[in-house]
Amino acid sequence: MSNKILVFLEQRNGLIKKQSFEPARKGFSLSKEINCEVTGLLIGDEITNINSLEEHGLTNVVHLKNSKLKNYSSTAYSKLVYDFAKERGYNILLFSHTALGKDLAPIVAAKLDAGYGADCTSLTINNGNLIAERPIFAGKALMNFSLNSEVKVFTLRPNSVSLTDDGYRVQTNVIINEINDEQLDLRSMVIDFEKAEGKLDVAEADIIVSGGRGMKGPENFYLLEELAQLIGGAVGASRAVVDAGWRPHSEQVGQTGKTVSPKLYIACGISGAIQHLAGMSSSKCIVAINKDKDAPIFQVADYGIVGDVLEILPKLKNELKKYLE
Amino acid sequence: MQIVVTLSHVPDTATKIKISSDRKSIDPAGVSFVINPYDEFAIEEGLRTKEKFGGNVIIVSYGNDGAKESIKKALAMGADKGILIKGDLNVDSLTVAKALATKISELKPDVVFCGKQSVDYDSSAVAQMLAELLNLPSISTVVSLEFSDGKLKAKREVEGGLEIVESTLPAIITAQKGLNEPRYASIKGIMAAKSKPIEEATFDASQNKLSVNELRLPDSKRKSRIFDSEDASISELVRLLREEAKVI
Repeated sequence: MSNKILVFLEQRNGLIKKQSFEPARKGFSLSKEINCEVTGLLIGDEITNINSLEEHGLTNVVHLKNSKLKNYSSTAYSKLVYDFAKERGYNILLFSHTALGKDLAPIVAAKLDAGYGADCTSLTINNGNLIAERPIFAGKALMNFSLNSEVKVFTLRPNSVSLTDDGYRVQTNVIINEINDEQLDLRSMVIDFEKAEGKLDVAEADIIVSGGRGMKGPENFYLLEELAQLIGGAVGASRAVVDAGWRPHSEQVGQTGKTVSPKLYIACGISGAIQHLAGMSSSKCIVAINKDKDAPIFQVADYGIVGDVLEILPKLKNELKKYLE
Repeated sequence: MQIVVTLSHVPDTATKIKISSDRKSIDPAGVSFVINPYDEFAIEEGLRTKEKFGGNVIIVSYGNDGAKESIKKALAMGADKGILIKGDLNVDSLTVAKALATKISELKPDVVFCGKQSVDYDSSAVAQMLAELLNLPSISTVVSLEFSDGKLKAKREVEGGLEIVESTLPAIITAQKGLNEPRYASIKGIMAAKSKPIEEATFDASQNKLSVNELRLPDSKRKSRIFDSEDASISELVRLLREEAKVI
């Protein structure tokens, strides 16, 4: 059976999400290597940044369009992806492991009776076979695996594919398929969205400034918020401070919170419990600030400062400000 | 209401993971197993739903004999009955979902609660696959939930906020931390659990589609450069972040 790759492109409010460019690029590079077709599949209403796909290797894009598809519906989206993949014989499906991707991809995999590999940090070809790798136990171990099914569905961990490498520029041809209302299974659908007050989410941030018990109290987290704002990052938190009620659970990084891999992770007053390290140790660059020089966080850090985080943070902010101005 | 809660028996999150000599599985020696933390929220939500609307809470788990310990804890929290489906543990999410579906479809649930992911293999997939196999809608990563007019309205955590999702019933809900505060089992509950039934079944997991090539431990140790907290060290750190790591 010949291979055909389908890349699912996620949109919110008519904007294709940056995270989707990663499976797009991965699909493009795999298609070159195994010499096969790759198509992007977009589900939604009006899309305003479709041209951005030209930077990410997608020549063919099909847009399944209906105004009721503006917001996510797991039942409607999964049926549309399944019908599209099944009818046209796609056997490798790529999604991004976002909130939507990790909800949708397993449903599609079950419909296709496909093998499923979630949250992959690597997907390569070896002797014609797809080999994937994914963190398990929140990153305490890595699993190298293959799927022995005819149809294979993978989600890629955000930030696992570079979006700055050259060689992905193409002309994108978009086919719009209008979808009739009768084709929509809307048993479950998103009817509204409550935005978290203008803050960047740790799951999406390139830079995370995280605080632990060493911050001494919730009243000191403004130091992290100011620093995060200055360098365009999000505020994260350790489990200890979330459990203490200092910060919301949505900011928790670690095994029972979010697993993140930003380009820069600054751990402030976090000692580095094993659950926390599991959730952030794949960050590209890690800075640790802690008063205990023997804290385990220093072992995974690229740079560390030993000292009182409450004294160091204002100084660090001023130094960064000098550079950024 | 017929309420089903799925349960996974997993290594405690404080566990240091070691890899077996076959390099394909986790060495269980010295590992303490617990109820998957997210399943505790699912159990609690099941119990609260029963308290509001009446009915039964049935715990269904795919695992080995060890999982009985976690099922008993759920029964002590207040669930009515447990079902343990025994089968090979080194299998993919779809196999687990199929095993659960064989039993859960017989139970004809009005609602199924699952944890949003189990903290061992972290795929966040079994619940949605189960929903598909049972032809039910699902809502994942739920932090608040209400039943009204035979429908469900849930808030689900996504990047940058909460999605408000409406769904028909029966449905499958996956619980995120924040949905509720799980109760502790009372002495009375622990005593009562002793006489609650745990039914056993087996499942042939030979259709597994996952083949593990190798497990390994990540190389997380880095060449750390540690500075004191003098002003000069902080400027040097900022210089390194810009010029060496190139991250700001």
